[in-house]
Amino acid sequence: MSNPQQLRYSKEHEWLSAVEDGVATVGITEHAANALGDIVFVQLPEVGSTVTATEECGELESTKSVSELYSPVTGEVVEANQDVVDDPSLVNSAPFEGGWLFKVRLTAEQDDLLTADEYTAFTAG
Amino acid sequence: MSTTPRLTALDALHRSLGATMTDFAGWDMPLRYGSERDEHNAVRTRAGLFDLSHMGEITVTGPQAVDLLDYALVGNISTVGNGRARYTMICQEDGGILDDLIVYRLGETEYMVVANASNAQVVLDALVARAGGFDAEVRDDRDAYALLAVQGPESPGILKQLTDADLDGLKYYAGLPGTVAGVPALIARTGYTGEDGFELFLKPEHAEGVWKALTEAGAGVGLIPCGLSCRDTLRLEAGMPLYGHELTTSLTPFDAGLGRVVKFEKPGDFVGRKALEAAAERAETAPPRKLVGLIAEGRRVPRAGMQVVFGGEAVGEITSGAPSPTLGVPIAMAYVDAAHAAPGTEGVGVDIRGTHEPYKVVALPFYKRQK
Repeated sequence: MSNPQQLRYSKEHEWLSAVEDGVATVGITEHAANALGDIVFVQLPEVGSTVTATEECGELESTKSVSELYSPVTGEVVEANQDVVDDPSLVNSAPFEGGWLFKVRLTAEQDDLLTADEYTAFTAG
Repeated sequence: MSTTPRLTALDALHRSLGATMTDFAGWDMPLRYGSERDEHNAVRTRAGLFDLSHMGEITVTGPQAVDLLDYALVGNISTVGNGRARYTMICQEDGGILDDLIVYRLGETEYMVVANASNAQVVLDALVARAGGFDAEVRDDRDAYALLAVQGPESPGILKQLTDADLDGLKYYAGLPGTVAGVPALIARTGYTGEDGFELFLKPEHAEGVWKALTEAGAGVGLIPCGLSCRDTLRLEAGMPLYGHELTTSLTPFDAGLGRVVKFEKPGDFVGRKALEAAAERAETAPPRKLVGLIAEGRRVPRAGMQVVFGGEAVGEITSGAPSPTLGVPIAMAYVDAAHAAPGTEGVGVDIRGTHEPYKVVALPFYKRQK
C-alpha cells in the first residue's frame, strides 16, 4: 500500500489534496478502505454545508459495520462526489482517485495533518 | 483467562494468502481474503473454501450414547441413521436455547456433536453434567479435528477429483468416512451457506495438505478461499439462524420459530421438556414475535439491535442485517410482533441512527438455491 506523496493525511484516515484556489479534495485512505471492507453506502456532507476539522460529517457503511466520516479540515462543502454515492465500491477500488468524497473551500488552515511518510509510519505502528 | 487467541492449523497459510484476520470466540480467524462480496458470489456461482476449525467437536460414545443425547438434547437422536446428521438444539431446564448443533452418527454407538465455537465449552460442560447415570463417554475433541468446508455448485466436481468416496450417494445431511487427497476424513454433505457443499473433518496435521489439494482441484472452476464475513451474508440470505443473534438463552425454540426441532414424542424425559411444553402451548394461544425477513427499499443497512418501527412505534428488533450481494439491497432478519409479521406487510421501517428507513416484510429465506 503506498500513500501518494502530494497528499496530506489525518489520523482518522482521511486524505486532503493540495489546496487550489482555496479548494481541496477529501477522501479516505486505502488503509481505511481495506480495513472497512466492501463499502456499500456512503453519506456525504451536503453541498453548501459547513464541515469542521475532526468532526463527523457523514458515514461509510460496509458489509460488516458503519463508520463515521470525519472532515480533516474546516470549510464549506462545494462539491460531493455523486459517482461514489451511486457506486460506493469506487472507494475500495480507487480511494485516492475516482473514490474521492467531497471538495471543500477551506476557511481555516489545518496544521496538524500528516505527510505521506508520517501517515505510513502511523498506520504501521 | 488467557487473552492469547487460538490459532487453527491453517493460520500460517491464511496469513500467506493475505487474509484479514479477526477475533472470533477466542480464535484468530480469517474474516476475508479479498473482497467479501467476491467471496460471497464465488460460493453462490462457483465454489468457496472455508477454514471452520473453530467449531467445537464433541464425541459421545458408549452403549447409552444415544440415550444420553436424547436426554440432553431436544431432538430425537435415536431416529438418526448411521452415517446421517441431524440439526438440533440443546436447551436449559427453562427451555432457553444453549446452542444449536449438528449431531453426526458415526457408528452404532458413536456420535459427534458439533457446537458453535462461542458455545463449545458450554455445550461440553452441559453434556458432561447430563451424562451422569448413562453408560456413555463425552470426549472433548476440539483439538482432534480441523474442519474445512468446500461450498458452492462446483464443490461436488472439485471434491470428486480428490476422493473415491461415493459423493453421488451421499445425501444432504449425511456423512461418511473416506479419504480426501490421500488422508482420512469424515466427509459430510452439510454447510451453512445455502449451497450444496461438503464439510471435511480432518486431523489438524492434514489440514494444510487438503486445503492446497482443494485449491488446486478447484482452480479451474473458480474456487477461492472465503472468510467468515461472507459466511455470515451467505447464511443470512439462506435464512439460517446464528447463535447470539436469532438464538439466545432468553428464547425457546418455539420463540425462534424452530419449534419443529423439539420432539416431545420421543420416549423418556429430556432437559427442558416441561418448560418447552409450556412454551409450545403459549406459542399456540398467544403467538410470540415472529422471525421474519426484511428487505430494504433504500440503501442503509440495518444492524442487530436496531428497532423495527411501525407508525412511529417499536414493533420488533433486528437480529442480523447486511447488504445482500445476491439481491443487491440490504436485508435483515428481525423478531416482529405478529400483527406486522405477515409477508407483504408495508409501512414497516427500521430505525437506523434516528431515521426510519422503509422496509418490506418477506418470508424467509431470502435465497433458495435451484436444485
